[in-house]
Amino acid sequence: MEGFREMNRLVDITSVSKSFGAVRALQDVTLSVQAGEVVALLGHNGAGKTTLFRIMLGFLEPDRGSLLVSGNKAGSRESRSAISYLPESVAFPKMLTGREIVGLYAKLKGAPASDIERALESVDLLDAANRRCGTYSKGMRQRLGLAQAIVGSPQVLLLDEPTSGLDPVSRTEFYGLIASLADTGTAVLLSSHGLSELEARAGRVAILRKGRLVADGALADLQKNANLPTRIRVRSTAEKVDDFHRRFGGERVNCASVEITCASDEKMPMLAAIHASPEVVSDIEVMPPTLDEVYRYYSLNEDNKEDLS
Amino acid sequence: MSAVLAIAVVETRIGIRNSWVILAAGILATFSILLVLLGSGPSGAVDAHLLSVAVASLSTLAVYLIPLIALLLSFDAIAGEIDRGTLQLVLATPIARWQVLAGKFLGHLVVLAIAIVVGYASAGVLAVLLGGAGGLEAFYGLAVLTLTSILLGAVFIAVGYLTSSSVRQTGTAAALAVGIWLVTVVLYDLALLGGLLSSQDGIFARTVFPWLLLLNPADAFRVFNMEAVDTALLQTGLGADGLPIRGAAVLLSPVLWVIAALGFSVLAIRRVKP
Repeated sequence: MEGFREMNRLVDITSVSKSFGAVRALQDVTLSVQAGEVVALLGHNGAGKTTLFRIMLGFLEPDRGSLLVSGNKAGSRESRSAISYLPESVAFPKMLTGREIVGLYAKLKGAPASDIERALESVDLLDAANRRCGTYSKGMRQRLGLAQAIVGSPQVLLLDEPTSGLDPVSRTEFYGLIASLADTGTAVLLSSHGLSELEARAGRVAILRKGRLVADGALADLQKNANLPTRIRVRSTAEKVDDFHRRFGGERVNCASVEITCASDEKMPMLAAIHASPEVVSDIEVMPPTLDEVYRYYSLNEDNKEDLS
Repeated sequence: MSAVLAIAVVETRIGIRNSWVILAAGILATFSILLVLLGSGPSGAVDAHLLSVAVASLSTLAVYLIPLIALLLSFDAIAGEIDRGTLQLVLATPIARWQVLAGKFLGHLVVLAIAIVVGYASAGVLAVLLGGAGGLEAFYGLAVLTLTSILLGAVFIAVGYLTSSSVRQTGTAAALAVGIWLVTVVLYDLALLGGLLSSQDGIFARTVFPWLLLLNPADAFRVFNMEAVDTALLQTGLGADGLPIRGAAVLLSPVLWVIAALGFSVLAIRRVKP
């Protein structure tokens, strides 16, 4: 089983470091993506996502470490045959039609002509395929970018903030398409600004902060490891809220509510205690940490720790 | 190979659709027609050598126009496309970087060739209509001018790529292109002329000058076409005897320039980090 997994490691990043002068863009980053896996790479602007992508495409050489795509050195002709790329703000010559652009990339990747219609259809651009892409909206351009990325059935898809500029419906369709590609064995590495944008579509989440990988795991594990407090909002009545506040503490909100913050292991005892006092409670709302909070914990919180030390 | 052709087709298509071909052909056609009409003289009498005279004048004009058109076509090809973000995707595909350059070169050469053929042909058509086309010889002259103009254009397309892949900003590439044009077609000749005037003993004129003249692809083009049109040659005071090589061999200069400029462009584009 291990050997099988090793063979299917389509993206294999080992201890990659890259500096631009004094700026350490990537520091000892190790990350892998298996066939059929969707991995989301998160981080602020300047966290190193795009640098990692540019190394993966062979546009930059790493200072240290190795980066293999489908077993070949990143940037080699073989690795570029295996990988398809969608940049953050994709641009095409305005004078060409959508079909001509997808046709060009089919030729460049040595893909059969039948791929062109299939790709256009899967991003729902068949109707606009004969229009010049200068007339396309941002969402359509993004979908055209995705169409050129999927021609030639690449083993690895590298998508830099692919859902920026997409409306919610297109975004859902986009993740559906990604899931179906992953089902056929494509390894997908996509970058994003925040966890909430991902809508839990990625099997694994990796978070870059200032060039270091600070998290790499399933979303549920990241949530658990962050050990962020749960907020319990209890609604009482205007007369009884003071009584409740004396007994349970917390923070007064509005005139009849109290918000209690407690660690995840204190959550159940606390709920049980509140439940046992029905005379001062009229409603309970439990709010687990949001994905944004989890993301902020990994991408920001450790900054503060470093500042303190 | 099909990848190179695919890029060439795309470049040609873009050149035709963004009215580049029409603009360049229009400029060349305007000058060609003007030169034929000027050649017909104020008397209105039709000269049987109308086309031959026009070809001679055109070859002088082409030295200025063709390099300018070619540089305008190519200075944006690498730096500009990286600026706009259209080249990154192409470089991420399995195609090699020299193939990207080869495809662009083929495509741009076709765009330029269409413009030159259409522009010059209008001179031929007008001369026939005016009855001054002369014999086959004049048309042969026009054909030779067309082919050598395309060769001259090829030099400056390749030089444009070299500037475009050597700098990061498309604005810098544009400034370099204008500078190269100014030096090769204007300042270089002025400097040579200055050298001729100041070296009265004639050593410079006899030994160094001819080689320096041929070194410049624009001058080599001029020399070749003037030699072909011997009437014009008499006026320049530069006898063909003064040149170390003659005839078609003169065109070796632009050919070598195309090869060298493309070669260095390939080296430069390999170092580009999009």
